[in-house]
Amino acid sequence: MEESSKVIHAIYTDDDVLMSAVKKVKAERHHIEEIFTPFPVHGLDKAMGLAPTRIAIASFIYGCIGLTVAIVMMNFIMIEDWPQNIGGKPSFSYIENMPAFVPIMFELTVFFAAHLMVITFYLRSRMWPFKKAENPDPRTTDDHFLMEIAIHNNEKELAQLLKETGAVEINIIDKAH
Amino acid sequence: MYTFSNKLKTFSFALIILGLLGVGYGFMTSHKSLDEVKTMLAEEASAHGGGHGEAAAHEAVATHGEQSSEEAHVDVAEAHHGDEHAKHVQHQIANRPWSALYVAAFFFMMIALGALAFYAIQFAAQAGWSPVLFRVMEGITAYLLPGALIVLGIAVASGTIGHYNLFVWMDPEVVAHDKLIQGKSGFLNMTGFIIRGLIFIAGWCTYRHFARKFSIAQDNADVNDNRNFKKSFRISAAFLVFYIYTESMMSWDWIMSVDPHWFSTLFGWYVFASMFVSGITVIAMVTMYLKSKGLLPFVNDSHLHDLAKFMFGISIFWTYLWFSQFMLIWYSNIPEEVTYFVTRFQDYQLPFLGMVVMNFVFPLLILMNSDYKRIPWFVVMAGIVILCGHYIDIFNMIMPATVGDRWFIGIPEISSILLFAGLFIFVVFTALTKAPLLAKGNPFIKESEHFHY
Repeated sequence: MEESSKVIHAIYTDDDVLMSAVKKVKAERHHIEEIFTPFPVHGLDKAMGLAPTRIAIASFIYGCIGLTVAIVMMNFIMIEDWPQNIGGKPSFSYIENMPAFVPIMFELTVFFAAHLMVITFYLRSRMWPFKKAENPDPRTTDDHFLMEIAIHNNEKELAQLLKETGAVEINIIDKAH
Repeated sequence: MYTFSNKLKTFSFALIILGLLGVGYGFMTSHKSLDEVKTMLAEEASAHGGGHGEAAAHEAVATHGEQSSEEAHVDVAEAHHGDEHAKHVQHQIANRPWSALYVAAFFFMMIALGALAFYAIQFAAQAGWSPVLFRVMEGITAYLLPGALIVLGIAVASGTIGHYNLFVWMDPEVVAHDKLIQGKSGFLNMTGFIIRGLIFIAGWCTYRHFARKFSIAQDNADVNDNRNFKKSFRISAAFLVFYIYTESMMSWDWIMSVDPHWFSTLFGWYVFASMFVSGITVIAMVTMYLKSKGLLPFVNDSHLHDLAKFMFGISIFWTYLWFSQFMLIWYSNIPEEVTYFVTRFQDYQLPFLGMVVMNFVFPLLILMNSDYKRIPWFVVMAGIVILCGHYIDIFNMIMPATVGDRWFIGIPEISSILLFAGLFIFVVFTALTKAPLLAKGNPFIKESEHFHY
């Protein structure tokens, strides 16, 4: 119990070094808990063996919702609630006026897909307003990379391995308190 | 070095011969006497039940505004009009093989020109992912010179040895009675048309010639000597400026002027989108063909993925322009502009709306998923539909002005496609044999080989 709450933090200063370190650690069959980086590192998710993201599917669904909202909304506003005669095109039929609504359909599709996707991403990353940062070391928001690995009675061995991979700093943290 | 396989060569010759036969057949059967046309029209009228009135109404909408203040003496006017209508239809029937040939010739020329623009952009942007594909692109652009000369040749021939089968403004008889064309004759005249056409072709092909030359010279140069690459970079930037002007003017000359009364200010962009996506699609397809033969071991999934992303993106770009052009004209509803879409909706509904499905809905749904962009047969399938869609796009640009409602995708059209497809394959794959398939001297070649998405 006490052992498993301990984690090791290895700090790197270069994303390429980090990448090869991740590959080496994975090759030794250690489970990487989390990695904190100041910017997205291309290919890191694959190297860590994370499951592929499903955000694209979510985004597609949001886009479909946006499209539907636009269609229903324009039908209500322009056809049912307050039909007007614009440029000699009286709004009596949705299908005949449809070309004028296409830009709105497009915009709302993009709007919904983009905004809801970002919000989903934040929530999925457990980030919401007034949330206290989980970030263990403020330097990872600047120019350092941090790899977190849980310790299971293998402190020395892990520290040795991480040192070999080019970590500039290794700290043992007890997360219990 | 790539060798043009005998099988493919035979195939391309077979296409050319089949195409030539069909095109010949199309021309032979397109000369109908006035009486034949009248019998044909009478048969159609009886089949449709009073279709004549309908046809006459079409005509009023479509092209000639000069009908009937002669309603008073109906019998005379009717007979006279019948004759005129039959003559009109006779001319449309005669136009069909010319138009079919022209559409196909333009389509294949456009592929080469689109690929050339794509190639120039890679250099101007100093793209690191694409150099492994440069030789494929250079092979495709080899078709530009013959292809563009053929297009210009057909256009000029239609106004000299033909009977003004494509461009009515080439007909002095028409111009004499048409104030609008007279006003444009400073631009729309045969001499100007030929000179401009030759300038466009000369500019494009000069760039192509030097870019290819520098690309090969860079292969043979010392590792630290990037002078040829830099030269390529400079001429590519200059070419792109030249290209965007001339491509736009070319689209006015070679396409938009078939409807000399009509104009659209974004037409050049619209044609550009079509040629760009067709060019990229053909680059992807040739790449996949060569890779399936094991000739491009340095091309990986990620290159294919990027090409497919371009196919996807530019398809949407094309739709954006197609719709922008349509919506502004539809909304303002000005008669001289809107006739263009009225004809297309009345007589070309299937190809006109069908092409939006092929060029937009289909690639959108098929190529949206990231994983599908890496599966060759998927991309090939999407590519075939996109290419057919853009052929129909060009078809819709030319045919309504030349053959009106007498269109069909039959022997003249398909044979013309076969003819130029054969020629295209022959020229492109011959050009591919002329240099190694890897532009090994390009300073970005290592980055490109290791390109990984």
